[in-house]
Amino acid sequence: MLKSFMNIKGLLSAGIVLGLVLSSAGNVYAGQVHLLNVSYDPTRGLYDEYNKAFAAHWKQKTGEDVVINQSHGGSGKQARAVIDGLDADVVTLALAYDIDAIAEKSGLVSKNWQSRLPNNSAPYTSTIVFLVRKGNPRNIQDWDDLAKPGIAVVTPNPKTSGGARWNYLAAWGYALKKFNGDENKVKEFIRALYKNAPVLDSGARAAATTFVERKIGDVEIAWENEAYLAVHELGRDEFEIVVPSLSILAEPPVALIDRNVDRHGTRKAAEEYLKYFYTAEGQEIAARHFYRPRLESAAAKYAGQFKPARLFTVDEMFGGWQRAHKKHFADGGTFDQIYGN
Amino acid sequence: MFLLKQRSTLPGFHLALGYTVLYLSLIVLIPLSMLFVKTSQLTFVEFWNVVTAPRTLAACRLSFGAAFAASLVNVPVGFLIAWVLARYSFPGKKIVDALVDFPFALPTAVAGIALTALYSSNGWVGQFLYKAGIPSAYNFLGITLALVFIGLPFVVRAVEPVLQEIDAEMEDAAASLGAGRWQTFRRVIFPAVIPSLLTGFNLAFARAVGEYGSVIFIAGNMPNKTEIAPLLIMTKLEQYDYNGAAAIAVVMLMVSFVLLALTNALQWRASKRIGMN
Repeated sequence: MLKSFMNIKGLLSAGIVLGLVLSSAGNVYAGQVHLLNVSYDPTRGLYDEYNKAFAAHWKQKTGEDVVINQSHGGSGKQARAVIDGLDADVVTLALAYDIDAIAEKSGLVSKNWQSRLPNNSAPYTSTIVFLVRKGNPRNIQDWDDLAKPGIAVVTPNPKTSGGARWNYLAAWGYALKKFNGDENKVKEFIRALYKNAPVLDSGARAAATTFVERKIGDVEIAWENEAYLAVHELGRDEFEIVVPSLSILAEPPVALIDRNVDRHGTRKAAEEYLKYFYTAEGQEIAARHFYRPRLESAAAKYAGQFKPARLFTVDEMFGGWQRAHKKHFADGGTFDQIYGN
Repeated sequence: MFLLKQRSTLPGFHLALGYTVLYLSLIVLIPLSMLFVKTSQLTFVEFWNVVTAPRTLAACRLSFGAAFAASLVNVPVGFLIAWVLARYSFPGKKIVDALVDFPFALPTAVAGIALTALYSSNGWVGQFLYKAGIPSAYNFLGITLALVFIGLPFVVRAVEPVLQEIDAEMEDAAASLGAGRWQTFRRVIFPAVIPSLLTGFNLAFARAVGEYGSVIFIAGNMPNKTEIAPLLIMTKLEQYDYNGAAAIAVVMLMVSFVLLALTNALQWRASKRIGMN
């Protein structure tokens, strides 16, 4: 009991302490700007490179040095930390629902945050693909194969993992098209698919460990960028990527935290930090880290890297994250229903 | 109380007590009371629905059940280790001694990943267990294994000093009065260590009930089956349902409180018996 309690409060106090440390470090002093980017887990490599590029860009433009601190963690946990006082200048999270929560629960961000930048404030995108073992021994080609009896599917728990919600919605959207919107059949399909999950890890990274290190499962449902990382880092002889016939356009959004940047006097730098992502340089960095770029020129340059995919958005298939969340992931939603609650 | 009449090292009883109360309030009581504040934002019906949901009940059964099982395992094993450490000297004793504390020091997530690597179907130990028809990860057994791991030092460290203090002469006396080894153990040693065994059990149990980091990797996290209560709390938080999370926490707190009170009462009775002897 004590421990779980400490988890809640620990997070809170860690957030507060970190916030204090960062704010006392000051954000703007002579010729130096400090920004804190609160992000989700798999973006470490991406922001390592992006922050360096942006610092050079900012120096050239203004003559100021910019120091960017990074914080990484589960998307929902990071959002809660910001709500509880982690002093973020910008957030770069896995789903819009989490930034909506910051706007709604704390008022730190203006509610129209998503329309302030192009492309729903998501400068780069990804999609949900299948990571299978070399040679694709179970011949997994599409979502239907994941719902077949005897296939072991690794995917994290959508109740605890923001990334896993994209997985769930991708499968749901596919089934919705396949069964022409017959919800009962869709639910049966999703139930069969999740019946094939031997484990529901609490986050995407844990699921990757289960599939890659524990060698459990025939297929892992994963973000494309993470699947590429697994293939590249662990060798091409172990895994293959299968792109299903229809999947979801994952749009990890970015936003600046209005109240914090105004208090720190870092609005200009934070704005530029997010906008720079939409430039050719920013887009190419995203592409190098296996995120699909928005900009045509960058997309063309890295076209060989991504397999063509038919994608739908959360907005067109589910009417936005708020509705998707309420219907599927809130207590008593479809995910709970397929597990009999 | 008579100790207070002596000149004590720390200044003044009142000052010391005041500081104790203030400190405990800041660190323990006020944070805990926030749980009740959060929970009180629910109506009673809402609260009742949260805590009696089948999923909550299943998670609580699992958490308390596995914690209980793990602590039960830890009591005899912990006793044995404490016995070895307290009674014998052998080369490498310091290392064994340090190893016992390892679960304290290791980040729980590291422990969880290591245990899963070891006990899952292709792990060093797991492969044999699975072949023998004992699935040792992603089920009750796996969860219990993780909780045994994190609870062990509590039992060892609670029992060890007591064993060290029992005079070997008392055993000799028992022997000279004709007691066999088993009788000496049962009538002389065991009663003396019961209170500390119970303390160790309590500590291990309390830690295990709320353990998150090391369990989450080996638990499997299937709703209604291998979903521990702390995970359910995290699930609620992930939905920004602070009140629901606090409600489950309050129930766990109260159940833990009752269980700990019970073992404390047992312990008190046991110590009293020794005192009378």
